[in-house]
Amino acid sequence: MDIQELKVKAAQIRMELLTIIHRAQTGHTGGSLSNTDILTALYYDVMNIDPARPQWEDRDRFIASKGHSVESLWCVLADLGFFPKEELETYSQFGTRLIGHPNNKVPGIEMNTGALGHGLPISVGMALAAKRDNRPYRVFCLMGDGEQAEGSNWEAAMAGSHYKLDNLVGIIDRNRLQISGSTEEVMGLEPLEEKWAAFGWNVVAVDGNDIEQLLQAFHAVPEASGKPTLIMANTIKGKGVSFAENVPAWHHHVLNDEELKLALAELQGTIQQLTQEGQVH
Amino acid sequence: MNKIPNRQVICDTLLDLARDDRDIMVLASDSRGSAAMAPFANTFPEQFVEVGIAEQNIVGMSAGLAHSGKKPFVTSPACFLSMRSIEQVKVDVAYSRTNVKLIGISGGISYGALGMSHHSVQDIAVARAIPGLAIILPADRHETKKLTEALVKYNGGVYVRIGRNPVEDVYESDDYSFEIGKAVTLKKGTELTIIGTGETVRIALDAANALADEGVSARVLNMHTIKPLDKEAILMAARETGRIITVEEHSIHGGLGAAVAEVVVQNHPVPIKILGIPDEPAIAGKTAEVFEHYGITQQNIKQIALDMIGKAGTV
Ligand SMILES: Cc1ncc(C[n+]2csc(CCOP(=O)(O)OP(=O)(O)O)c2C)c(N)n1
Repeated sequence: MDIQELKVKAAQIRMELLTIIHRAQTGHTGGSLSNTDILTALYYDVMNIDPARPQWEDRDRFIASKGHSVESLWCVLADLGFFPKEELETYSQFGTRLIGHPNNKVPGIEMNTGALGHGLPISVGMALAAKRDNRPYRVFCLMGDGEQAEGSNWEAAMAGSHYKLDNLVGIIDRNRLQISGSTEEVMGLEPLEEKWAAFGWNVVAVDGNDIEQLLQAFHAVPEASGKPTLIMANTIKGKGVSFAENVPAWHHHVLNDEELKLALAELQGTIQQLTQEGQVH
Repeated sequence: MNKIPNRQVICDTLLDLARDDRDIMVLASDSRGSAAMAPFANTFPEQFVEVGIAEQNIVGMSAGLAHSGKKPFVTSPACFLSMRSIEQVKVDVAYSRTNVKLIGISGGISYGALGMSHHSVQDIAVARAIPGLAIILPADRHETKKLTEALVKYNGGVYVRIGRNPVEDVYESDDYSFEIGKAVTLKKGTELTIIGTGETVRIALDAANALADEGVSARVLNMHTIKPLDKEAILMAARETGRIITVEEHSIHGGLGAAVAEVVVQNHPVPIKILGIPDEPAIAGKTAEVFEHYGITQQNIKQIALDMIGKAGTV
C-alpha cells in the first residue's frame, strides 16, 4: 500500500472502531483513535506477519501493553482476516472472545494484556528469546504515556538495554492525557525522551499520527546496533474526530447516535479528501 | 431501586469526616473518577494525593504517610490494588502494622467484559492469607456509610472491597448496629443458613424470602467482615440449622466459602455448598449475565437449598 492508501485505511479503521464502541456502548475511544496510525503503519507495512499463519515462528510480534485500546486492534486484525469481520459485532457482548482487552484466544493476539506495565517485560522476554535462538523476528510493544508511571516499565527498560536487544521496539503513544487529566498534572513524565536515552535506548521522536514519519522511523530500526529503540510517537488523543481530540473524558466516552453520525461523516470527509489528493498526484 | 453506588457513599462520608479530621487522606492512582473521589480531590486538595498509574507506589507511600500519623485511604480498582501491590500490603501495611485503609473499587466481576485482568475474584483469597489484615465487604450503601465511619476510628490495615454499580438496599437505613468482625443476622431461620458477603447479601436475602414462600425457614447472615471472621455466628448456624450455603462474587477457592468451611469442618462438620466463580477466567458479560451463567442467583440458591433439605422437586 502507498502512503495515501495507508491513510485511507487508518480512517476506515477509525470508522470501524467507533462503530463497534457505539454498538457495545463501552470502550476506550480516545486511546484507540490516538494509536490507529501506529497500528496501521505496523500491520499494513512494517511487520512481517501472515494472517493465515498467526503462529508462524518467525513472525514479528506485537504487544499492546496499553491493552485498553483494544478496539483499534480488533478492527485491524479483523480487516486483515485473522478472524471473520462479522465477529466484530460480538465485541464486549456476553460470552465473546472479543473482550475489552487483548485476549489470546483470538488469532493474532500474542498475550493477554490489560493491566498496565506488563507489555514491555513480556516483549523483552520475546526479544531475548529471538536473540538466543538466532531468529530474525522483531518485537513491537505499544505503551501509553500514563502507563509510564508503572515501575515495571523501567525495570524492563534496564533489561532491554542490558541484553542489547536491538530487535526490540518500544513505542509510546504520547498523547499527553490519561484518565484523570494531563500526564504532566497526574504524574509528570518529562523529560521522557532523556529518561529512555539514559536507560540505554535509542530514542526517535515522530509525529505519531503521521504515517509517513512512522514508516521512516520503523524502517530505520535498528539505527544503532546493540540498542533497543524507543519511538516517541507524539499523538493526539481522540485523533481524527475533531470534537473528541484532546478531551480527557473521551478516554472511555461512549458515543451516542448523534456523535457517531458526526464522527463518521468527518472521517468519510477525510477519506474523500485523501482519495482526491491521491488522484491529483 | 437505589441509584447511589457504594464508592460514592465512601466519598461522601469521607468528605463529611475530613473537615474535622485533617489527618484523613485519600490517595488515587489515576483512579479518582472510577473511585468517585473527584469531589474529595477538589474539596480537600491538601488531603488528596495523586500517584499516577503506580499501585505499588500508592501502597508504599500510604504506609509512609500512616507511619507519620496520617490516615490514608487508598482508592484504586480492586484488581490492581489487591494483586499488583500485594507485597507492599504484606510487608509495608500488615507486617509493619501501619494504619492504611485499602479501598478496592469495582471488585468482583464489576468490569464484566474487560476480562480477567480487570476482574477481582482472587482478592479475598490473597488478602486472607496475610496475617493482621482485616477484610470487609459492605452489603449496601447504608452499610458502606457505617463502615467508612468505623474505618476512620479503626487503627490498622484493612482491605475493603466494593463493586462498581449501585446495589439494591439490604437495610432500610443506617440505623442498626455495625461492628467490624460481627456478622449480622438479617433473617432468622432453622432449616439452613445462607451466608453472603458484600453485594451478594441481597441475593442471599432474596433467596431466603423465596424459600419462605415454599415453607422453608432459612437463616441469612451478612458476613461483611471476612477477617477477623465471626466464628461464633458460623458455628451457631452449623449447630442450629445443620446446613450452610455461601454466596460470593469471588473464586470458589479461598474466599468466604472456604473461610466458613474451614471453621465448620474443624468444629462442627455439616454440609456446605459454596457458590461463586469457578476456577476459570470468568466469562465476559454484564454482572447479571455472569451471575446467571454461574448460578449466583436467588433461583439457583433456592434450588440448592431445597435439594439440601431433601425437598427437591417442589420448585
Ligand atoms: C495496572 C493498571 N492500573 C490501572 C489501570 C486502569 N487504566 C486503564 S487505562 C488507564 C489510563 C492509561 O493512560 P495512558 O497510558 O496514557 O493511555 P492512553 O491515554 O493512550 O489511553 C488506566 C489508569 C490499568 N488498566 N492497569
